Amino acid sequence: MTGETLMWRIAGGSGDGIDSTSQNFAKALMRAGLHVFTHRHYPSRIRGGHTYVEVRASDEPVRSRGDGFNFLLALGDSFARNPDDEAYYGDEEIKPLSENLDELNEGGIIVYDSGIFEDEVIESLNLEERAEENNWHLCPVNLREIAREYGRDVMRNTAGVGVTAALIGMDTHYFEELIGEAMSGDIKEANINVLQSAYDRASEFEFSHDIEVPSGDHETEHGLMSCSHAISYGALDSGCRFIAGYPMTPWTDVFTIMSQNLPAFDGISEQVEDEIAAAALALGASHAGAKAMSGSSGGGFALMSEPLGLAEMTETPVVLVEAMRAGPSTGLPTKTEQSDLEHVLYTSQGDSCRVVFAPANVREAYEQTRLAFDLAYDYNVPAIVVYDQKTQGELRTVPLEFFDRDPSPELGAVMTEDELAEAAHDASGKFKRYRHDVEDGSNPRSIPGQKGGRHLVTGNESQEVGHISEDPDNRKAQMDRRLQKLKSVRDRLDSSDESNQTFHGPDEATLGLMTWGSTQDTVFEAADRLNADGYDVKALGVSDLMPYPEQEVTEFLESVDECLVVEMNATGQFRGLTQKELGRFGDKLSSLLKYDGEPFEPREIVEGFESTLDGAEPPAGNLVLEPAAGD
Amino acid sequence: MSAFTGITEDSESDKEAFTPGVEPQPTWCPGCGDFAVLNALKGAMVELGRSPEEVMLVTGIGCSGKLSSYFESYGYHSIHGRSLPIARAAKLANPGLEVVAAGGDGDGYGIGGNHFMHTARENHDITYIVFNNEIFGLTKGQTSPTSPKGHKSKTQPSGSAKDPVRPLSLSLASGASYVARTAATNPRQAQEILAEAIEHDGFAHVDFLTQCPTWNKDAKEYVPYTDVQQSDEFDFDVSDRREASDAMYDAESRLYEGEVLTGRFFVQERPSYDAEKRQTGEMPEQAVAEQYFDDSVEWRRAADGLLEKHT
Repeated sequence: MTGETLMWRIAGGSGDGIDSTSQNFAKALMRAGLHVFTHRHYPSRIRGGHTYVEVRASDEPVRSRGDGFNFLLALGDSFARNPDDEAYYGDEEIKPLSENLDELNEGGIIVYDSGIFEDEVIESLNLEERAEENNWHLCPVNLREIAREYGRDVMRNTAGVGVTAALIGMDTHYFEELIGEAMSGDIKEANINVLQSAYDRASEFEFSHDIEVPSGDHETEHGLMSCSHAISYGALDSGCRFIAGYPMTPWTDVFTIMSQNLPAFDGISEQVEDEIAAAALALGASHAGAKAMSGSSGGGFALMSEPLGLAEMTETPVVLVEAMRAGPSTGLPTKTEQSDLEHVLYTSQGDSCRVVFAPANVREAYEQTRLAFDLAYDYNVPAIVVYDQKTQGELRTVPLEFFDRDPSPELGAVMTEDELAEAAHDASGKFKRYRHDVEDGSNPRSIPGQKGGRHLVTGNESQEVGHISEDPDNRKAQMDRRLQKLKSVRDRLDSSDESNQTFHGPDEATLGLMTWGSTQDTVFEAADRLNADGYDVKALGVSDLMPYPEQEVTEFLESVDECLVVEMNATGQFRGLTQKELGRFGDKLSSLLKYDGEPFEPREIVEGFESTLDGAEPPAGNLVLEPAAGD
Repeated sequence: MSAFTGITEDSESDKEAFTPGVEPQPTWCPGCGDFAVLNALKGAMVELGRSPEEVMLVTGIGCSGKLSSYFESYGYHSIHGRSLPIARAAKLANPGLEVVAAGGDGDGYGIGGNHFMHTARENHDITYIVFNNEIFGLTKGQTSPTSPKGHKSKTQPSGSAKDPVRPLSLSLASGASYVARTAATNPRQAQEILAEAIEHDGFAHVDFLTQCPTWNKDAKEYVPYTDVQQSDEFDFDVSDRREASDAMYDAESRLYEGEVLTGRFFVQERPSYDAEKRQTGEMPEQAVAEQYFDDSVEWRRAADGLLEKHT
């Protein structure tokens, strides 16, 4: 899927509209019937700094960023354009061009704004020489001039899209349609003129290239969205009507989508003083009878440790989202990593009793968020959905009919007042909320305000009506009962027709690739290529992290001779979890790790796999291979 | 019809109804001021015609946190310093509940100080009782945020070099709309003030002086007390922020000189947070907690209007 795929990268200054332009470009391709995937790279600043978005499109489903890219639209950094500021910004303004050349594939096309990049700049980059070496096609177009002629400087983006359309032979009507939907009057007119004029100007370039935009056709209507949307929509469809949060990248995305929509869904959103409060509010709302959620990214999630433990002990259902970014501490605030796995599983004192899912893509994010709500409220446990900067930032096409589901606003294991009238109470009339003798470990709760339901909940160990108790026998019985809930959850997941684990490749393959969460779909693309190259490979993407899918992973690992575990962290946290949970396979499991802030490209996994297998050259770039260490 | 019939307009109850019929008996020390809070709270609830099943009492950690064990209602004994965020969300999810939060001075003015400031600022319609005994009691007598300067303890062996927090002024500056101080030694006033605080629409903060005879002062040291509303020396308008501020300053300073000034310090009529939020259209007409039990609710889905922008 490399030759015929368009991999278009738009680069410019942060705050230059790169994001919105790329979204429109991606939408136009989607409307043309193609499957689209975007990969986003940006710095932690409001304005300024180099940013890019890659858009990959094909007539077949695309589920990962590609290997490098083949079309660069370098807009230049308008934030660095003030000549007075030159000393301060240094070479910032050429970065959208200079910093994007290393990953541009052979035969690629470069469109740059000759109104911004002056001749000296181009010379300083040895652009022509490098173009010759790599068979690149250079297309300087004065985008700024076109933008100024019909409108304003900011319309350089539109001009760049017009040039792109001409070079890849794409009709401009989808772009015009999108402009028409977003704008009106003079602004709309100006943008369409800029688009057309740029399109015409680009027709001057006469060269042949291999990049084609295939023709596609969607049978049903598709939409372009990220996992942040999918998580939010999953929550809304589960009847979540309360969210509390504090802004932090990349978690802010879900918090924003929920906050913008909850009022119209008769729900409540609260932005609060810190993440301790955020999680505590979600607990308070849930306890009072709302389906509630909160969430954060690594550092903010650390503050939620206390309320998270309180939720486990008081058996207050709640769903938390952890949007990972590179750590430790502030780390790389706008870069991706899967290094919070252990943090999410074990943070807070005492033995963990929580459900944790790591979805890999839009569909899984929606399904698993709904499942997180189902399980949290059926078993009165906290459930956590872990995703990351990668799946937060990438947009994918998904058929909209996927979302045509029934809502599930049930509160789960909750008593009605009629049931409470029949339920067991102590001599003072307190409802026995925490009975020892329940088979699956899960006691239904009562909600404050219900007649006959009053009881105490406490972060202390407690006896049946909630009173604090340090009795050793009660302690053991209550611990065992709470942990029984995880076994019940595992049984329910194992007996379900749908698994959260995704198997890919031929059943009979003897070599394995295994990964979790957001890296899954790139691993699957790599597996396809390895199979096409004659290897005998299958892959497993794991989403259930607690309770761990022991049975499914065991079967997979028993069926392969070797398995490479691919994840974006430095210490192989998922490999470690697997060995801890299964207590074996240590001699089969090696690791391919990446923790430089960038997600894997498929070719990196292919190379990593080949080196593990053949002891060939270790892979280039910032990859780390760790051999199997035994049990 | 409400799914929560424990929530009533007016209920006939007595203090017995708010007293657990069986264990546990309070573990507070003899002579502890905490008994007075428990009594005053029961009395206030009876006075106001509340029933145990419409009250949600959220407590923090410490001797004061045990309040929810000895008071019969829906109780949430939470974690150190976090009673307020739990309490205010419960009130938002079900505004029909009578929500009271309680904790010690370390809980509210120390570890939970950030929540105290913001809950006051937002003016949530809840009552917050701070058991102020100027000491950490349960952990055996360490210096607390309200301990006087120079206070010696195992963790401040040479005497604290810190000035104490001024809880009333902090509350006023943060935005609380009802600020009062009462004392365990004055049970009649305590019940009156708690009843007023519970009735108040907005964030009502009661700094409740509770002697700790084991680790700090005994009850004798909180008498005589002066009710600022009864005293000729104090003639200030409780609705005037500047005058209230002066009176608070005096009460806070003079406490450490052995003079106990109690009463209402600030009472402001302004819309509570849920009312403000209703104004901006971000608070549903029907309580969120009621929606799940109401079969007539049509549950909107993402597919009902959110997908168009993705096409």
